[in-house]
Amino acid sequence: MIVELGHFTLILALALAAVQSILPIVGAKIGNVNLMRSANQTSMMMTVMIAFSFGALTWAYVNSDFSVLNVWQNSHSLQPLLYKYTSVWGNHEGSLLLWVLILAFFASLVTVFGRNLPPVLKANVLGVQAWILFAFLLFILFTSNPFERMPNAPLEGKDLNPILQDIGLAIHPPFLYLGYVGFSVTFSFAMAALISGRIDAAWARWVRPWTLIAWIFLTAGISMGSYWAYYELGWGGWWFWDPVENASFMPWLAGTALLHSALVMEKREALKIWTVLLAIVTFSMSLLGAFLVRSGVLTSVHAFATDPERGLFLLVILIAFIGGSLTLFVMRAGMLKTGGLFAPISREGALVLNNLFLSAALATVLFGTLYPLLLESVTGTKISVGAPFFNLTFGPLMLPLLFAVPFGPLLAWKRGDLYAAMSRLYLAAGAALLAVIITLAFTTDTPILAALVIGLAFWLMVGAFAEIATRTGLRKNGISKAFARARGLPGSIWGTAFAHFGLGVTLMGIVAVSVYEKEVIVSMNPGDSATISGYELTLKSIEPRRIANYTEDVLTFDVVSPSGEKFTMAPTKRFYTARQMPTTESAIYTSGFSQLYISLGEVTDNKTAIVRMWWKTQITLIWAGTIFMIFGGLLSLADRRLRVGAPKPAKTKKPSGRQQANA
Amino acid sequence: MRNSLCMLLVTLIFFGTLLPQKSFAVNPDEVLSDPILEQRARDLSTLLRCLVCQNQSIDDSDASLAKDLRVLVRTRLVSGDTNDQVMDYIVSRYGEFVLLQPRFGLHTLLLWVLPFFIIIIGFVAAFIMFRRRRTAKAASLTPEEYTKLSELIENRD
Repeated sequence: MIVELGHFTLILALALAAVQSILPIVGAKIGNVNLMRSANQTSMMMTVMIAFSFGALTWAYVNSDFSVLNVWQNSHSLQPLLYKYTSVWGNHEGSLLLWVLILAFFASLVTVFGRNLPPVLKANVLGVQAWILFAFLLFILFTSNPFERMPNAPLEGKDLNPILQDIGLAIHPPFLYLGYVGFSVTFSFAMAALISGRIDAAWARWVRPWTLIAWIFLTAGISMGSYWAYYELGWGGWWFWDPVENASFMPWLAGTALLHSALVMEKREALKIWTVLLAIVTFSMSLLGAFLVRSGVLTSVHAFATDPERGLFLLVILIAFIGGSLTLFVMRAGMLKTGGLFAPISREGALVLNNLFLSAALATVLFGTLYPLLLESVTGTKISVGAPFFNLTFGPLMLPLLFAVPFGPLLAWKRGDLYAAMSRLYLAAGAALLAVIITLAFTTDTPILAALVIGLAFWLMVGAFAEIATRTGLRKNGISKAFARARGLPGSIWGTAFAHFGLGVTLMGIVAVSVYEKEVIVSMNPGDSATISGYELTLKSIEPRRIANYTEDVLTFDVVSPSGEKFTMAPTKRFYTARQMPTTESAIYTSGFSQLYISLGEVTDNKTAIVRMWWKTQITLIWAGTIFMIFGGLLSLADRRLRVGAPKPAKTKKPSGRQQANA
Repeated sequence: MRNSLCMLLVTLIFFGTLLPQKSFAVNPDEVLSDPILEQRARDLSTLLRCLVCQNQSIDDSDASLAKDLRVLVRTRLVSGDTNDQVMDYIVSRYGEFVLLQPRFGLHTLLLWVLPFFIIIIGFVAAFIMFRRRRTAKAASLTPEEYTKLSELIENRD
């Protein structure tokens, strides 16, 4: 009964979405306030309906109601409770339901926090948001209904895919969706601007915080996904450049560009048209990602049971939204007035450079992902575009951008002074140089290029704080006074510093692990020893164990570290009974920022195991860097000056180029 | 950044299908005794696609076909082939699809040059924009406006 109610409220939500797609926009057009306001109620009601629907599906999962097809296919009565919850979105239908729930949730956030938005803008934004909701609700109800019943309920479910039974999964997809879907708000704002043909100050103020929220979630989601793949897969890799990862990376690149161009628009009223276009592109990338992952076009040669109907439906949604929004853009962009002149060497100029490189990087990933499909459909030639291609093209594109990063915040708006900026970066340059020299002097196997990239990482990390050092007059005033001043600096400046610092940290991790990683593959019997990077590992025992919905072989290793410290590590080989499927649970020992990683191959007769071990130099920095980026994003989001609707602070201290030059 | 099981994985989230038997790619019995030759074999393996897998290199795949290819690469290397010769041989047998990094040619021209093309276009566009802005700014005051402005400035003094 609850399941049917869930299905029913989803249909109600569809009807509400249909109403909200039309009424507020018509109201905005003819100036009818009541019609415009109707969106407030419908969007809240829609959120409640979809939330109920999602709750109903969750209820079915938690109670293991196997009469529901979706529940039967993706869960098992013996699963730990946590995984019964996460199973809800561990499949196509459930994850889509989460998608629309988040979409509706964001629409209701606009309703609640947008009280002081101009009514016409708000009505148009909510209207566009409802178009997206309508399309996806229709998609769910027609092709991917999670509430479908089975005539004869089986006694036991088929279990969630074992590899997904992990805490990493529990949180990473919702974060990713919050990111993808968060960009729908910016998209709706862009569309609203195009519909009404004008961009007002409120628009510019709203776009950046919303982009930032989505960006924070997406960064977190990608980072967690990467770490999860790293430890759960047992392959030791952390980024694979495969189409599905690229699908999440493309909105991130576009969103990062948007974040920076929105900054220019907010502060200087320049780059308006470009920002609108980027907002459209960013959400288009989210939609494209959903299409690529769910339609099966990229895996068409393989035996995955994908329904062509779904792919077609999604393609129609994709074409309608991307095509429609770009058409509207071409028609209306000319009406938007550009403003804010600036010189090439200026903060704006630096942000344009940022956008240029990020766009090129986005194009590389996009084109690399789709090119095999395009080429095959045009000429019939089959080629592959994999990790080696992306490493070769994406890397060189990123390096000049990363080099330019510390300069950006040091340049004044409108017209900057490159020499002054350089003179503030002497510390960063010194740190970078020192890092290169030390690396080359103390290691024998470092390629020159890798040493230079390590230098670049230090350049980024130290350079990130140059603006703060300058603003606080660290050199002139000494530490205590500078500290007092630093506390008074706006959050967005700290945010920028931390985010850029994080970039350097991540880069450091990437170079270190690519250059210094060690790997040993051996076949071991109990009693055998192996050595890697000074760690001595002895296989003590192989023992079978039985737990809830799986059985496993546990291999216990006695490890002695180079400093004589002793501990044990226990990677396991699991076998999930319901799906008849083996998985490997790797064992990881963290020392400083590096990790010792043990993964298992075949284990025969409790006697012989193939063991693969890695010494992953500084690898955790890759994810630590993203934590800094997220923290920077949060600081920036908390900046009082940027909070929409927050009262003005008592002392209005507006940073300007002149003030900076004096400092 | 070597392997590509993730594709499969994330697809699994949405489709919940079976994952093939997961064990190791390179097994100890395949490893060549000459470490330099072995390293060359590993490097080449990361560039070759496992044809029966998702977007995965033979270095990472445990499929039997991937193992055959790994052994083939090693046999050719041991018999004295250069890296290019090994790759040519494998492409001649399996087609260009086997290469994870497509060869530069007419059919992949667009793929390889696009990023750099975009950078160039972007710089040209930015250059034109700045030039146009500058000329626009110079022409923005009409003579009347200019005299009016001068008057205003004089009045302020």
